[in-house]
Amino acid sequence: MSGGVDSSVAAALLEEQGHEVIGLSMQLYDQSEGQTSFGSCCSIDDLHDARRVAAVINIPHYIVNFEKQFHERVIANFVSEYTEGRTPLPCAHCNSDLKFATLAERARGFGADAVATGHYARVDSDAGGRRQLKRGVDASKDQSYFLFSLTQEQLACAVFPVGALPKDEVRAYARQRRLPVAEKPDSQEICFIPDNDYRSFVSKNAPEAVRDGVFVDENGHVLGSHTGVHRFTVGQRKGLGLSAPTAAPMYVLALRPADQQVIVGPKASLEQTTLTASGVNWIADEPAGSLRVETQIRHHHQAAPSAVRSLGDGRAAVIFDAPQLAISPGQAVVFYDGDAVVGGGWID
Amino acid sequence: MRVYFDYNATTPLSGESADAVMRATRDIFGNASSIHHFGQQAKAVMDDARSAVATLVHAEASEIVFTSGGTESDNFAIRGAAEALESTGRRHLIASAIEHEAVLNTLRALARRGWRTTMLPVDQSGIISPDRLREVIDADTALVSVMHANNEIGTIQPVAALAAIAHEHGALMHTDAVQSAGKIPIDVRTLGVDLLSLSAHKFNGPKGAGVLWIKRGTKMQPTVTGGKHERNRRAGTENIPAIAGLGAAATLAARKMTAEAARVSALRDRLEAGVLRDVSGTVVNGARDPRVPNTTNISFERVEAESLLIALDLDGIAVSTGSACSSGTLEPSHVLKAMGLPSHRTQNSLRFSLGMFSTEAEVDRVLEALPRLVDKIRGLSRKTALA
Repeated sequence: MSGGVDSSVAAALLEEQGHEVIGLSMQLYDQSEGQTSFGSCCSIDDLHDARRVAAVINIPHYIVNFEKQFHERVIANFVSEYTEGRTPLPCAHCNSDLKFATLAERARGFGADAVATGHYARVDSDAGGRRQLKRGVDASKDQSYFLFSLTQEQLACAVFPVGALPKDEVRAYARQRRLPVAEKPDSQEICFIPDNDYRSFVSKNAPEAVRDGVFVDENGHVLGSHTGVHRFTVGQRKGLGLSAPTAAPMYVLALRPADQQVIVGPKASLEQTTLTASGVNWIADEPAGSLRVETQIRHHHQAAPSAVRSLGDGRAAVIFDAPQLAISPGQAVVFYDGDAVVGGGWID
Repeated sequence: MRVYFDYNATTPLSGESADAVMRATRDIFGNASSIHHFGQQAKAVMDDARSAVATLVHAEASEIVFTSGGTESDNFAIRGAAEALESTGRRHLIASAIEHEAVLNTLRALARRGWRTTMLPVDQSGIISPDRLREVIDADTALVSVMHANNEIGTIQPVAALAAIAHEHGALMHTDAVQSAGKIPIDVRTLGVDLLSLSAHKFNGPKGAGVLWIKRGTKMQPTVTGGKHERNRRAGTENIPAIAGLGAAATLAARKMTAEAARVSALRDRLEAGVLRDVSGTVVNGARDPRVPNTTNISFERVEAESLLIALDLDGIAVSTGSACSSGTLEPSHVLKAMGLPSHRTQNSLRFSLGMFSTEAEVDRVLEALPRLVDKIRGLSRKTALA
């Protein structure tokens, strides 16, 4: 229970269905006054909201301290990905490595059969009993992309009560149950970086990795200098600060942290038709050959027609029917068959 | 049946104390500083309470200053003494590493304002050795503050010996007796201290009422300034209902102390022996003697204390672990850390604290539940470790 409307409604729905519900909120970073103030998700105010919701629906509520685990499994990865020239996706790590790992284990420790969250996604079983992960009914809120790394075992204990509802019905239900968070705005940013300034966060957490470097074009010509590759993501156009004017707008094409280079070029050079991925998790059966899928390469991306095949060792290759813009290493690539997640991995 | 074994956090009101609070709330509204009939009624309630508390700790009534609770009393003791002694040039404060945050954070605040502070270390017994104080005290020391009984493990500190050392060096001695007052006999003269804090809600009185006992003649600066209440020592219109409840709690504690200490310590010992017998990989933290009669702190090998605490609560059993931070989550206990316990033992310890309404049936209920819940949690962590 993050204190937001979605997980609050998830708890209230389960309570109304007659389940024995135990509310848990995760404390993920130091909340003491006088420390750097963190977070919209699970900040002190959000924990307060979660507690009030639990009181309204009359369920026990506990705050579990995962500061150490969150730092090890989510923040450390987030920082190192940026310093290695990649664009991380911390929410996916938090889901598979914390919520449906440590948190789920804790919950089983005191007798819970399942772990429910407020994600917009659905879990089904196919005829053979294999779990399927599906997009939430509300396409604009769908979060299945962030859940691709859940294993069959994790999906077996996962429950997403709001996945079958459109957002406006979730809010309407919250009002009907008089939940004190019914009108609370949705959270947007990364929870541990409330001001969205990920660059300062990375600089502060990995000062040794922050080094000056240069912009170069595709032919190796130096176009200016910058203060660290962690400040850039593939596809970025704004805020480059090139020293000389260029004929066409320039985009970040690639990051080379080894020599502190940011490769820039015209928009056309951002287009790619293939990618490979590692750490692939197959939710459906691992395909024997090439499989037609729709492939999504970031959260707000229209999944594109493509073919995927497994390369073994948790790796996969994707060929798109049409070129895609700004395929970013470090982001998740998720393969869909209609609404169902076939699998996904991390873009190389 | 819900079991409440968290008396060191707070206690339920006794019937006597609840009645006193209710009566004072309903019938007495006067300001104790007023000269007229209504003021005299309020003053009479305060006088009774002051005498009752004085009797509990063998002090003079005039030495009792009412405060809002243990935290204010500790703040008043340390800040009030520090400020009063500033002109003497003494700029050094000593406390033990296992004090309550009310003492530790007050010292830290003064350290930021230029005071030198020293924390006395403690060994695995959880008892401060007077030798450690001898090593660090000097002619600059203004005040030594060592708690009478520790809130997490219950160990009783050699306050009289420490006070003698403090006085040899011309320093004042304060003891935070929040966890001992009402549980074990206290005689302020025998303890030899100058300042003693206590709190009503730790011995079946109401929240929001505490006392700082100030030995007659001790120079103090008030920390709450205003009118001439409490003989210029603590300003503000007095909280008469809470003070009435405090007085009733003190009277009851003094009357029943011998019998209650024996009864509660028998229950605690039964619980402790049962846990050590029925749950493998358990060990009691800190010395078992001298210890307040109601407290035991036990580490459960291979069990995250947070999980066990929640599992117990879902089973209807309330205990605690470490110190709760503002948001209600758990942090490794600074007390167990200071005792030098390895981190796994500071992360898997639970505190059971019993009191006035605890029964043998409750102890047996906990002894029935604990092995079952611990097995379940251990089974899962074994599975995860293998996976």
